[in-house]
Amino acid sequence: MRKISLSNLDGLFAKIAEKSKLYIPVDDNKGFAAFKLWAEGVKMSNALNTVRSAKDFFFPQMENLMEFKTEGKNIEIIDIREEKEDFVVFGVRACDVKSFEILDRVFLSEPVDSYYASRREKGVIVSLACGKPAETCFCSAFGIDPATPAGDITAWKTETDLYLKANTEKGEKLLSQVEGLTEDCDDKAVEEQKKAITEIVKKLPLQNLPLDKFGKGKTKEYFDSPEWDELSSHCLGCGTCTFVCPTCQCYDVKDFNTGREVKRFRCWDSCMYSDFTLMAHGNSRVSQKERFRQRFMHKLVYYPDNNDGLFSCVGCGRCLSKCPISMNIVKVMKTLGGKENV
Amino acid sequence: MQKITRDALIEKAQTLLDSGVVTRVLGWKKGDFDYDVTPALFTDIESMKKDFVFGDFCGANFSKYLLKETKKIGVEGKVLVFLKSCDTYSFNQLLTEHRFDREKVYAVGIPCDGMVDVNKIKAIVGDGIVSIDDSAEVIKVETLYDGVKELNKADILLERCANCKSRKHVAYDELMGEDGEVIDSNRFDEVEKLEKMSADERFAFWQNELSRCIRCNACRDVCPACTCEKCVFNNPNSGVENKAAANSFEEQMFHIIRAFHVAGRCTDCGECSRVCPQHIPLHLLNRKFIKDINSFYGDYQAGETVGSRAPLTNFTKEDLEPSEAVNREDK
Repeated sequence: MRKISLSNLDGLFAKIAEKSKLYIPVDDNKGFAAFKLWAEGVKMSNALNTVRSAKDFFFPQMENLMEFKTEGKNIEIIDIREEKEDFVVFGVRACDVKSFEILDRVFLSEPVDSYYASRREKGVIVSLACGKPAETCFCSAFGIDPATPAGDITAWKTETDLYLKANTEKGEKLLSQVEGLTEDCDDKAVEEQKKAITEIVKKLPLQNLPLDKFGKGKTKEYFDSPEWDELSSHCLGCGTCTFVCPTCQCYDVKDFNTGREVKRFRCWDSCMYSDFTLMAHGNSRVSQKERFRQRFMHKLVYYPDNNDGLFSCVGCGRCLSKCPISMNIVKVMKTLGGKENV
Repeated sequence: MQKITRDALIEKAQTLLDSGVVTRVLGWKKGDFDYDVTPALFTDIESMKKDFVFGDFCGANFSKYLLKETKKIGVEGKVLVFLKSCDTYSFNQLLTEHRFDREKVYAVGIPCDGMVDVNKIKAIVGDGIVSIDDSAEVIKVETLYDGVKELNKADILLERCANCKSRKHVAYDELMGEDGEVIDSNRFDEVEKLEKMSADERFAFWQNELSRCIRCNACRDVCPACTCEKCVFNNPNSGVENKAAANSFEEQMFHIIRAFHVAGRCTDCGECSRVCPQHIPLHLLNRKFIKDINSFYGDYQAGETVGSRAPLTNFTKEDLEPSEAVNREDK
């Protein structure tokens, strides 16, 4: 365990930024946090979490894939991928760190998504324990410990100091890079904070979700539940929940065609959108109910079906605070899971 | 202004359900916290007594929900909708545009002294809200970390309520309580500030705001003026379909095009800014249009009456020439 005084946080950031790009959560003019590139004078936000999740670093909202150029009857395919630079993301919360594992299972299984893989390889994650979880947090329901987040390095922030502990080789390397600034220490303060967080988590209102009612093999049980009608009835069909979600991973591949040149890019898509399942033959999800059901069945049943029972929700609570009509996965789980199992 | 209570609304709904005037009720359903209220349809009084809520977090404008509600096949009778004064302007505007069947709706106007923005509460008290007591003007918020804090409602109102344009209901079958007045509000103050900026400053302002856009389309989907069966931005055949906030130019164009599309029809209900997950002040674009329309063609309030022709779609010989508009001093 290493520690550094908070008064020297800028020094730590400067040292990291010497060798690689460093991103930290920063407040905007309205007091909401987003990950921004660190530079001299940029201050770290005290917000619990960023509005957008940290998945952006590995799976950005928009990304160019390749280009085509035509000349006469020839078509040239241009690989625009470049060697990615190392980068460090500082202050990722336990929920978002867990989301990387969920995304990895999608993008790093065969066929491996090389765009995602190269970013994952180059990125170093410094996670930060949650001293003051919000009422909308329910990561612990999914077995995530906000007191001990994963990541290459885990950090704990107390009133006076920042404590750092490496969990991986990448983390060791980064810690050795800043060794001169940090000092060896015991884990007393960290253990105290962990205990305090554990006590707070017990008081959070959404810790006891009926998770045992969901997971592998539950498709038939819930697919035709009459509750979907009411749950989805006032859904606006916007993509807010999917875009702020750290585990939503759907995208669309589009071509920007100038006539002689095509830029192929991908961008986030949302199962909440009416054209998400639009195909040549028509649309297989004709109403918002089916689109709504898809999102929650995917998180709670289909993904676990294909991934050893792992849920694809990390309880970050972003959809709870951002949905325009305050409908969310917690309400879905309580409504569906609360009913008598036939 | 008298405060309308949940019980009074349930009682009203019961009377209307029992007498067969309506068969269902559009209302607000309680959530997991005291602030995460969800729009819901109630078909019986028992479920209303259990889950219906009314308080300072019922900002949602139900007018647009009437499109879907009145088109349901096989559903008999009228739907009861509770409308705040601002909602009634959207209600009228939708009727002007023939978007729903008036005969299938029973509208009850309810007095409103402003709705509260939970984001403003969180900015003051922080995270970990345990409970919010909004039964009085001083709102008591209890958090996990800081005990109970008392907040003045005036300090935490939704933007549109802090700049409320009218407490007068312009549409209803029945009104609960006394009606209010049209208010000479300060809603154009922020627009004037923007007008006074240099073009570069204004560009920087909007670039900063719009660069946060994630193209979730919540602003469009909640907007009572955006009722196209299929939006061009969702239509692969339109040639402009675009899901990505590909660059700042496109983001700006999306919001500006949308503002143009609703110009003259936007009632300034403020739902776009209320739902934006990135807190972009989208209402300022719409208000700029409203302010300009007012100054070029005389005061006009969309939705004030049913069937009114908006200045932009109503030619008169007195209309100013386009050249006069572009030669304005504040250009």
